[in-house]
Amino acid sequence: MTLLNIFADPHISINHYIAVSAMLFTIGVFGVLFRRNAITIFMCIELMLNSVNLLLVAFSTYHHDNSGQVFVFFIMAVAAAEVAVGLAILVTIFRNLHTIDIDELKNLKN
Amino acid sequence: MDIKEIIFWSLSTIAFITAIYTVIAKNPIFSAISLLVCFASIAGHYLLLNAQFLFIVHIIVYAGAIMVLFLTTLMLMNLNEETEKHKPAIAQIAALVIAVALGIVLMLAVRKANVILTMGPITGSVGDVKSLGTVLLSEYFYPFEFISVLLLSAMVGVVLLMKKDKTAALK
Repeated sequence: MTLLNIFADPHISINHYIAVSAMLFTIGVFGVLFRRNAITIFMCIELMLNSVNLLLVAFSTYHHDNSGQVFVFFIMAVAAAEVAVGLAILVTIFRNLHTIDIDELKNLKN
Repeated sequence: MDIKEIIFWSLSTIAFITAIYTVIAKNPIFSAISLLVCFASIAGHYLLLNAQFLFIVHIIVYAGAIMVLFLTTLMLMNLNEETEKHKPAIAQIAALVIAVALGIVLMLAVRKANVILTMGPITGSVGDVKSLGTVLLSEYFYPFEFISVLLLSAMVGVVLLMKKDKTAALK
């Protein structure tokens, strides 16, 4: 018996999409915890946002409701704004400290 | 196995492999390119779910805008050499344990919730441009306008952040 019974189901059900999204989200969380490069951490955050978007679209299609896809549209706009501001902050940090290694950014510690 | 399942499983496999390579690749440029392939396979998932409008928007926003921003910043910082130091081994093991535990908890929670939704026949009215535009500009009109203000303020903020500090140069 598999964890979600996704292999027993002959057709693609919502459980397949939940499993795929959960796996992608977990990979994103792992990347955020694993890497030291701040830009790669940003990419992993994008991966997590995309897994949630995929799940919203799947539920929207399975429920025959357009509202979920509108939410995904808004999430994409917020993600674009977030990436622009975040990368600008990273470039400013790099200009001042010449590194974007998150373990080196300890100015607030003492 | 019909054609839809084959497409689903191949897209999911590509998404997993490229997502994992995004995390473990040493060169950040390879991470960005592999993330681009991952986004493309997620766009394929959207097309499989009959979300045509979001398919186009996803390609434009992620492949066209966000990945270009990432790649430009990477090349601006000249990080394309393999200079990144790794975290200590204890932190890496802790990250792996936390990620695996989170995955198991998510799967068990979904299994406990027991979501049962069978895929009905996809009608043409869900996810196409016309019906989505109608919902977006009637029911969600005010959020749609506010998101434009958000994007404008983000743009102004980025320009302010990236401007060279002239007072520092005078000192």
